[in-house]
Amino acid sequence: MVDPAYGFYIDPQRCIGCRSCVAACAECGTHRGHAMIHLDELDRRASTQTGPTVCMHCEDPICAMACPADAIKRTEDGVVHASQKPRCVACQNCELSCPFGVPIVLPGLEQMLKCDLCYDRSSTGLRPMCATVCPSQALLFAPRHEVAAMRSSQPLRDFQVGTLAIRTRTALMVPDPGQPLNLDVAALLDGDF
Amino acid sequence: MARLPQNPEALRAQFGPHLNLAPPGGWDADPAPGKTVATHCCFCGQQCGIKLKVADNKVVGFEPWEEFPFNKGKLCPKGVKRYLQGSHPDRLLHAMKRTEAGFVPMGWNEAMERTVAEIQRIQASSGPDAFAMLSGVSLSNEKSYLAGKFARLGLGTRNLDYNGRLCMVSAGAGNKKAFGVDRAANAWDDLPLADVIWVSGANVAECAPITTDYIWRARDRGARLIVVDPRITPLGRTADLVLPLKPGTDCALTNGILHLLEKWNLLDHDFIRDHTQGFEATLEAARPCTPAWTSAVTGLPVAAIEKAARMWGEAKTSFLLHARGIEHQSKGVENVSSCINLVLATGRIGRPGCGYATITGQGNGQGGREHGHKCDQLPGNRDIENPEHRRHICSVWDCTDAELPHKGLSAQEIMEEIHAGSIKGLLCLCFNPLVSLPDSTFTREALEKLEFFVSFDFFLSETAQHADLVFPSALHEEDEGTATSAEGRVIRLRKAVDSPGEARPDWQIMVELARRLGRGRFFDHFTSSEAIFQELRRASAGGTADYAGITYAKIERQMGVFWPCPTEDHPGTPRLFEGGKFFHPDGRARFIPTPWRPPMEVVDDAYPVWLTTGRVVFHYLSGTQTRRIGWLVEQCPHPYLELHPRLAQRYGIVEGGAVEITTRRGVLVLPAKVVTTIRPDTVFIPYHWPGALGANRLTARHLDPVSRIPEFKVSACRLTATDPARFPPELLELQRMAAAAALLPEKVL
Repeated sequence: MVDPAYGFYIDPQRCIGCRSCVAACAECGTHRGHAMIHLDELDRRASTQTGPTVCMHCEDPICAMACPADAIKRTEDGVVHASQKPRCVACQNCELSCPFGVPIVLPGLEQMLKCDLCYDRSSTGLRPMCATVCPSQALLFAPRHEVAAMRSSQPLRDFQVGTLAIRTRTALMVPDPGQPLNLDVAALLDGDF
Repeated sequence: MARLPQNPEALRAQFGPHLNLAPPGGWDADPAPGKTVATHCCFCGQQCGIKLKVADNKVVGFEPWEEFPFNKGKLCPKGVKRYLQGSHPDRLLHAMKRTEAGFVPMGWNEAMERTVAEIQRIQASSGPDAFAMLSGVSLSNEKSYLAGKFARLGLGTRNLDYNGRLCMVSAGAGNKKAFGVDRAANAWDDLPLADVIWVSGANVAECAPITTDYIWRARDRGARLIVVDPRITPLGRTADLVLPLKPGTDCALTNGILHLLEKWNLLDHDFIRDHTQGFEATLEAARPCTPAWTSAVTGLPVAAIEKAARMWGEAKTSFLLHARGIEHQSKGVENVSSCINLVLATGRIGRPGCGYATITGQGNGQGGREHGHKCDQLPGNRDIENPEHRRHICSVWDCTDAELPHKGLSAQEIMEEIHAGSIKGLLCLCFNPLVSLPDSTFTREALEKLEFFVSFDFFLSETAQHADLVFPSALHEEDEGTATSAEGRVIRLRKAVDSPGEARPDWQIMVELARRLGRGRFFDHFTSSEAIFQELRRASAGGTADYAGITYAKIERQMGVFWPCPTEDHPGTPRLFEGGKFFHPDGRARFIPTPWRPPMEVVDDAYPVWLTTGRVVFHYLSGTQTRRIGWLVEQCPHPYLELHPRLAQRYGIVEGGAVEITTRRGVLVLPAKVVTTIRPDTVFIPYHWPGALGANRLTARHLDPVSRIPEFKVSACRLTATDPARFPPELLELQRMAAAAALLPEKVL
């Protein structure tokens, strides 16, 4: 069981795009070479902003609701697990329904795999691989009560997707609204400092 | 004539780089439970702690080492995948000799005899200095120390230098001038305590990724971040102030800031009076550097320069970091001095949260530059031309002054003399100059002129492909030893597995060669890495880089020891200069005037665009190791040309399209990466690849007059959109391999 006092926090501000999280995910004992998370360049032409996608671990997971084979289980500690192999029919309903773009049916594997918070690690008191290695700690696994003192950004766990209200175990860190960043050097040189 | 013995395709088939994609036995193997070995990553100067998982004498994976205080389990992707360099199909297992038919294995004894005979022949006919040695600072402290002693007393040549010459020598020289010592002034623990962090010419996110978290810990307390770089790096993206200056104008900016600090009375006059000298002359040199002048030279708006001066000047605590961006210039040392001037002028050093450091890049960039690995240096960071220093080393080495050669040539100068024909023989280890020196066409010509070239390598690097004879050496995880991190923390490297085949640690090969050269009496006692370290301790005692009180046991107990550590009961020195006490005899730091001068090459009508080079997070230096690790290659298979949309539009260049990049040295054809995050007058190419993909085909052999570092960061080039059919075949092959790697996770490619 994962300690309920520990939260998982994604802080895209800190992300440096190094993909260490993805590399390490594949190295987790039970993942056997398959990375279950991904990282995207959002718009490389205009910015170096990158975004890691790990599972948000919804309290009422849409992927599980959409699964015709009842292959996706959520344990009491709030962790939504990858599909159970004998049940999963690789229909991709989960992939299509997830508002965060998390589950992936890997080609050739005929099974949906996704972030399980490295359950073999996190259920035994270790941190998930990605949050352990993340050089900038854009992915953070820490006691919830310590995070407010550690970080200036605020954790967001409630999301509105269309008419659907979603509460997640994983939190997205949201910075104070400041000046919008201008990442065109040409504009900066024209005096937009 | 050390020309390539085979065509490049045949060499690649035999020696790679092939891509290792999976641990030994594949992803589904369940190796018998073995041991984990707590050691360090080999892929940068931060030396992150990592535990290697070992089964059946093979490294099969890693586990984060969460107790190690520097990185607490954090690793960049190179660290995560570093274990895949083990059990690699490209590994050299036997001594190899070049024949008409290519490289073939040879017996160890024959390899030793031939090497000794060739060294003796060349030195007898052309003098001892006609045989040179090039080495590198990915080597442990023990191997670095031994390389220095082996060159001087084993080979008897003055011409030993190292690839640190391409790394942090400008910082070293600037630090010695200012502080009388060459080390980061602080442990990184002072970074989170700083109110403002100034980062100049350091792509922290990609080249020192773990440092990013230290900086963010300060920012989460409200610290402000200033990033100076022609590109908006991933760290710069969220900075409070980015200063995208023109390449080669760094000390113009810092002079301009000093000018404003004085004008606005943001100086620490007490500190300057009590703890420094040379301020007046330095200020005098900065007087002409008004905001308008600084703006004209750097290309930055006046408002940005003024904002930077306020931010830096008004802070109570601060930390200044810099790296190769300012150091890889023909005025690298002056750029470093000008940064230190800002630190000294505000008196913010030697206290909690007040610090300064260069971010050393190479694995053992710090330790490897302290113990006699350089052409002008003896252990303990001593000067090879200082009679007192020579006396001390002669007594430790039990040799006469006449037996100890004097100062030799620096790395690039050694290559120039090989090209000119005065140096005829070369021993090269831990260095891939064909990729990492500037003007690689010239480097290749030089290598082809050598009468005898012997290399130690674990993989056959592009440089070693030109060797007559190659000894198989050991990987980082196949030997005991120590290294010194960018912080100045001496750490323990642990042996996890035995070397395969006949491969041996470099120190064993050097000791055997020395013995066969008849110099055994200086080397016979080196029966282990620890035995070398014991002598290093004595040799360094009393020098600035004093390791006398450091033992293997103490390093393990304390999880690292910061030098200087003169006695065994001394805990080490994480923070230097406390109480404003510096290492010069009078205890004062030195301001150094840094009047601005242009780079050696500037843009003109024929070559109108600035070219700068650097690294990406997925590769280490010349790529000898990381270009063989499948996942890393998949992320970044080949170099590219980064340029601003405005520049792309001017030349009709499109995203992914082919661009011909021409300098006075050579031509490359690379795909374009069109981004707004770079100055519109500047292009960038990462340098980790050889041959037709090598950024160093384009760079110049212009050196800093003091540090002898090449000006990798500033060249002038011309761009032409061209036909994708002109992409080099190597580039297409790498694209193909990267695509295949993504689909075949079990295979070696």
